[in-house]
Amino acid sequence: MAIVMPPPDPSTLARRREIAAALRAIVPGEGVIDDGDGLRPYESDGLTAYRQPPLLVVLPETPAQVSAVLEWCHRHDVKVVARGAGTSLSGGALPLADAVLLGLSKLNRILDIDYDDRLVVAQPGVTNLAVTQAVEARGFYYAPDPSSQIACSIGGNVAENSGGVHCLKYGLTTNNLLGCEIVLISGEVIRIGGRQLDPPGLDLLGIIVGSEGLLGVVTEVTVRILPKPETARALLIGFASVDAAAQCVAETMAAGIIPAGMEMMDRPAIRAAEAFVNAGYPLNVEALLIVELDGPLVECDHLVEMVERIARNAGAISLRASVDESERIAFWAGRKAAFPAVGRLAPDYYCMDGTIPRRQLPYVLDQLNIFSRHYELPVANVFHAGDGNLHPLILYDANKRGELEKAEAFGEDILRLCVQVGGVLTGEHGVGVEKRDLMPEMFSEVDLNQQQRLKCAFDPKSLLNPGKVFPKLHRCAELGRMHVHRGHNSHPELPRF
Amino acid sequence: MQPRFYPSCEREIIEIVSNALCSGDRLTIAGGGSKQQIGRSVDCSLISLGHLNGVMDHDPAELVLTARPGTPLKEIEALIAGERQMLAFEPYDHAPIFGGVPGTATIGGIFAAAVAGSRRLTAGRARDHLLGVRAISGQGELFISGAKVVKNVTGFDLPKLLAGSWGRLGIITELTMKLLPRPETTATCLVMGLDPSAAIGAMAKAMGSQADVSCAAYRPSSAKQTAICAFRVEGFAPSVESRCGKLHALLAGHGEIVRAGQREADAFWGDMRSLASLPISSPLWRVNLPPSNAPSFLHDVAAEPGQYLMDWAGGLIWLATPCPAECVRAAAGRRGGHAMLIRADVGTRRDVDAFHPQPPGLAALEERVRRAFDPDSIFETGRF
Repeated sequence: MAIVMPPPDPSTLARRREIAAALRAIVPGEGVIDDGDGLRPYESDGLTAYRQPPLLVVLPETPAQVSAVLEWCHRHDVKVVARGAGTSLSGGALPLADAVLLGLSKLNRILDIDYDDRLVVAQPGVTNLAVTQAVEARGFYYAPDPSSQIACSIGGNVAENSGGVHCLKYGLTTNNLLGCEIVLISGEVIRIGGRQLDPPGLDLLGIIVGSEGLLGVVTEVTVRILPKPETARALLIGFASVDAAAQCVAETMAAGIIPAGMEMMDRPAIRAAEAFVNAGYPLNVEALLIVELDGPLVECDHLVEMVERIARNAGAISLRASVDESERIAFWAGRKAAFPAVGRLAPDYYCMDGTIPRRQLPYVLDQLNIFSRHYELPVANVFHAGDGNLHPLILYDANKRGELEKAEAFGEDILRLCVQVGGVLTGEHGVGVEKRDLMPEMFSEVDLNQQQRLKCAFDPKSLLNPGKVFPKLHRCAELGRMHVHRGHNSHPELPRF
Repeated sequence: MQPRFYPSCEREIIEIVSNALCSGDRLTIAGGGSKQQIGRSVDCSLISLGHLNGVMDHDPAELVLTARPGTPLKEIEALIAGERQMLAFEPYDHAPIFGGVPGTATIGGIFAAAVAGSRRLTAGRARDHLLGVRAISGQGELFISGAKVVKNVTGFDLPKLLAGSWGRLGIITELTMKLLPRPETTATCLVMGLDPSAAIGAMAKAMGSQADVSCAAYRPSSAKQTAICAFRVEGFAPSVESRCGKLHALLAGHGEIVRAGQREADAFWGDMRSLASLPISSPLWRVNLPPSNAPSFLHDVAAEPGQYLMDWAGGLIWLATPCPAECVRAAAGRRGGHAMLIRADVGTRRDVDAFHPQPPGLAALEERVRRAFDPDSIFETGRF
């Protein structure tokens, strides 16, 4: 494992039995797991290259139990890692040997649906798809649709600011969340926002979303729901070069069209997908675009025509527009199966997640091919083309000596390149442990210290999910630079950490 | 007279902040000054960011723009209008409601106060369009957060926190914002003669439909005019036609529906911005609440027609009322919302906090967050 986690605290390890007993007094019955076999399912999340059994697992059934567990852990200096459905691709829910793993899966009820104000109130363990399923009979849906939506939890979506193929038009989790209840590590329960559009005060909701379990534990969310678009149509467009496909993307947006989704695949990804699901993808192209338009039927038809024209001008060598729902779904079938399809080409693959300015796409893909030759590892690319979010899939074999390390080095080179061309390390998967040590590529020490000071305002003892996101752990006291003016602090009543 | 600073680069700002840290001075930050009459009037050093201006980067194909905070909003709007683009949240210019000339607001002020207009209902808040910042903290340290791409989850999302912080966390020195294509066609449909409850019902129905309305607002009846519930429909021409048709069918039972002419539509949406129809003799409140609670709130504060306007399908009420502040705030709180005091005489502003008070736990957390950026409270001027 290339990433080094903070060394476990021996005194916590020694208190394991005592901690289990104390937590059993809060969550009775089978809500506390401390036997080796029981812990195994929790030892990794979606980033399976990293594994670590937790100290123990606690599965509370009520927000009050969450609060009591955190309060106890805070008082006794025990670290806590929160976990939703465990689908994080960046190791956000990777356990620590000396931390309690707090699973939210039993908080799985939808508490309220309000069609007049168009919102759903749900507990964090409800799956993303279940939110949509609860309202679809009335013609509504919840817009963010990460590919893991049948499994991933809405609380985990908040922690990771999850997106999905439709976030180009409808936004990420952060743009669809109205309010939440969070429990601080002290056990204190705070409600932020609610059923109105703009909550008062500082935008704490804005920083809780995407905070990767470092600031608090979400015990309730209020999300907005939207009326389902009347119809959707998709175009499947093949190009002889990535440049031509990129030009089509740029000109579509320049024409004032924000598609519901705009996905690109390169030749290796197209071939793998076609071999896997026979979606009818053209095999003589270098790049394939799927452009989805949604809205009233006349709008879809109008925009399909516009995109067809743009695509032809950009040099499309194959072009199909879906005429019915089954054809639209078929267009998507290959893209949706792209990861498992690529997975058939090699024993293992490593999925990256950088974002770049769209104009840099041809250059970045050229560089990826150079890296691929250098590391002697194949790469296939799927790409949320509309918002510049790249998912290179690096193929390797973990059983071959040194290949995992090579794949990781390749991945790091890709992410450095993303930052160099004006992009970022992660567009939607999160930093977690995976990209933690690359944070200095994007941020200076001052930048990172400012972020950690914010964490200290929520978690002064650094007990929540330590070892994630930040490459260097600071004690809060080190970060505070105190100025004493005229012999006194400006706010002597405030804790300084 | 307290000192005024007009820095034109980040180093000068760092020096001003460092000096304030030594001397114990407090700093208030201004852009174009269009919101200066919100909150208590304070007597402290002022940093005006008007000289830190200019668009630094605008690549129309990327739908992203980077500017310094002192850039006038109207300059940015003119520049991007030329590319048929817009700031979709409809930046809200406060100058007219204080009797000022529209267009003095700066982009830094717009985001620092996170103020959005009618399209906020569907396009999101100002913060949803702020992608990245450079800023100087209360420790005099320059930090960056966010980036120049639309999809990014790398580290805490500090741009969101800085948006709407009213200059209490740091001094923003550069902003990168998301642009969207300007709609090709816009139509406004009016439903005439509804009372506020019926208007809320009509707006909820429209928002829950496939008419894909971008703005929904209500102006109660006056001596001269009947009540108007207005829906703005935007997009490509065939789609706008189709959706206006849907809206007609949907609301046929609610009242007389007409398509507004250009001038009538401009006047209505202009009134939602200037609030010119509200009396200037009473304190002006901006009340956010769940839309379905709007009628009961209006009843609680005994709002007369002519004293209020509703935007955001009823989720935003502009209220000019002689009711005491406690009464407005208690009613807003009871109905799941909050009330910000926007315009009032100096005495009222001295006695009444501009921001709705928060529950103690949340207020304490906000305080800790502010101290994480400004440990010596140099941006705590007493204005809020």
